[in-house]
Amino acid sequence: MDTKVKNKKSAAAEDDIGRDIRLELFRMQLELRLCEKRAYDLFLQNLIKGTSHLSLGQEAIAAAFGVAMRPDDYTFCTYRGHAHTLARGASMTGVLGELMGRECGLLGGKGGSMHLTDVSKGAMGSYAIIGAHLPVAAGAAWSAQYRGTEQVAVCFFGDGTTNIGAFHEALNFSVVWKLPVIFVCENNLYMEYTPISAVTAVEHPAADRAAAYNLEKIVVDGNDVDAMYRTATKYIDRARKGGGPALIEAMTYRHSGHSRADPGKYRPEGELEKWLEYDPIKIYRERLLGLGIVEATLTDIEGEVMQQVNEATETAKASAPPSLDGIYQHVWADGGAAWRN
Amino acid sequence: MAELTYRDAVAAGIAQEMARDERVVFLGEDVAHAGGVFKATVGLLDKFGPKRVRDCPISEQAILGAAMGAAMTGLRPIAEIMFSDFLAVCWDIVANEIAKSRYMTNGQVQMPLVIRTANGAGSRFGAQHSQSVENWAMMIPGIKVVAPAFPADVKGLIAAAVRSDDPVLVFEQKSLYPFKGEVPDGEHVDELGKARVLRRGKDCTIVALALMVHRALAAAEILEKEHGISCTVIDVRSLVPLDTLTILAEVAATGRLVTVEENPRLCGWGAEIASIIADECFWELDGPIIRITTPHIPLPSADHLEDNTIPSVERIVREISEKID
Repeated sequence: MDTKVKNKKSAAAEDDIGRDIRLELFRMQLELRLCEKRAYDLFLQNLIKGTSHLSLGQEAIAAAFGVAMRPDDYTFCTYRGHAHTLARGASMTGVLGELMGRECGLLGGKGGSMHLTDVSKGAMGSYAIIGAHLPVAAGAAWSAQYRGTEQVAVCFFGDGTTNIGAFHEALNFSVVWKLPVIFVCENNLYMEYTPISAVTAVEHPAADRAAAYNLEKIVVDGNDVDAMYRTATKYIDRARKGGGPALIEAMTYRHSGHSRADPGKYRPEGELEKWLEYDPIKIYRERLLGLGIVEATLTDIEGEVMQQVNEATETAKASAPPSLDGIYQHVWADGGAAWRN
Repeated sequence: MAELTYRDAVAAGIAQEMARDERVVFLGEDVAHAGGVFKATVGLLDKFGPKRVRDCPISEQAILGAAMGAAMTGLRPIAEIMFSDFLAVCWDIVANEIAKSRYMTNGQVQMPLVIRTANGAGSRFGAQHSQSVENWAMMIPGIKVVAPAFPADVKGLIAAAVRSDDPVLVFEQKSLYPFKGEVPDGEHVDELGKARVLRRGKDCTIVALALMVHRALAAAEILEKEHGISCTVIDVRSLVPLDTLTILAEVAATGRLVTVEENPRLCGWGAEIASIIADECFWELDGPIIRITTPHIPLPSADHLEDNTIPSVERIVREISEKID
């Protein structure tokens, strides 16, 4: 207790972000990291089947937006979406359960890793076709604008998405209709196996296209959660007040390959090591200590999050396989699957 | 009863629903100020204003994506895809996103939206503006599919589609837009998944859709008068859900099934109906099932070629009179 009181007087409390938000950002990044690492471990134990696309190394972006967003805002993300879904407050048991194909899964085992969704938390879906969710996010923003709710839609996607038509259609459409939508490109330097720079006409695949849609060029250090949080807050507020969309390019790096099947051997020697040194959680921990937050506070959080992940893992493991009834449920709004009488 | 054209029935159906429910919005290319390239949505902008009736860029993925996002978050959008052929450029949104989101999320996501599109041949527009693609839509689990043949059904099925909590693809027949017919006065709401028996005969049951319904009816008159063959004609109206009970009963009554389809032959909707009849009504049949379809080719544009490609009244009469005695 004494430590916590003392910490409130630390330098971190004085600036625009402040101590409490910083600890929240630290905790959320850890939740995303440790849950994702657990997902990887469960793969190795063959408890998770199918494919999976990990966000290891990219947590700062989802965490910053997760903390900055209003509970009723909308998130749209990609098949690399475990982190973004968790960042809206979706249950870790629900996420791990879905990855393991259990009854307790967020989607009852019917969506899997690439389609995590928790509508009750504003996590409006993970989309596995590149680019598809950008216009869908625009539509949610249109609905918010039409209903006058001041909700904002945030749409995350990878650098590879910037070369598909839906990206360009959605940007033009959103700007012309002045929609409250934030497009966030997580540029981790590779689409799947190919460097984005090898197949793209501009240096910054998202930001250098912004001018074509009368948007400002925004490039942020996606591994600096403070920078991401400030950017997120600024453009979410602007969109909420009717200022229209933003296109943000966050520079980052994924520590693992594209998917489960990819060891990432195409990366030049030393590149991964360099980025591991610039790990968003590592650098944030150092920053928090530098700002006067005592280490015990951080280790407490680390312990709590590890326990949370362990408990979620055990609960999910203990959950039964989904009932076969689910196969014929929820094709239609009446809950069924009938196509004929 | 008022007499309306098929195209005016489109606007009447949309207007009826927009007046009733503020959540209904309408978007598409050239739909607002221009009133649609087929003039099927004239007057909606004046009636409901630019907030609810919106012109879009030529961005079919954005149009259907936006409709989907809006449907997921509390609106009930109607989106127009100008020609059904253009569904190919936004098919991901239809087939992968709209159709599957409710199922994949175990019922979390709502998807009350309508896609209207002009379908079919007869306008000499060539192979990219004349296709009948109702069979594309029918084979995707998660989308309801209707194709009205008469103005009253246009209005009633559009209203039913808007009120449905499921995504519905409404195929309007572009060559039928000028066709006139009686439409009930006042509120008119039909039901998805109901076929209609338009005439009853004793020798064969013709099952048809959209423009082919009119040709089947004309053929049935000729067959009766000139060949002594009396035909039942069913307007399928709704491919998903499919009213198999009506079709099975009417085929059982005559002992013969003829499908008349504008879509190209392979995997046309009639193949599914033929399969159901073969499975469930085989012992009631007095002879082979006959499928009359557009051949399996892209459509040619010249009037003489197009007229000899999609099933004509003459061809329906010839095939039935040759195969049924």
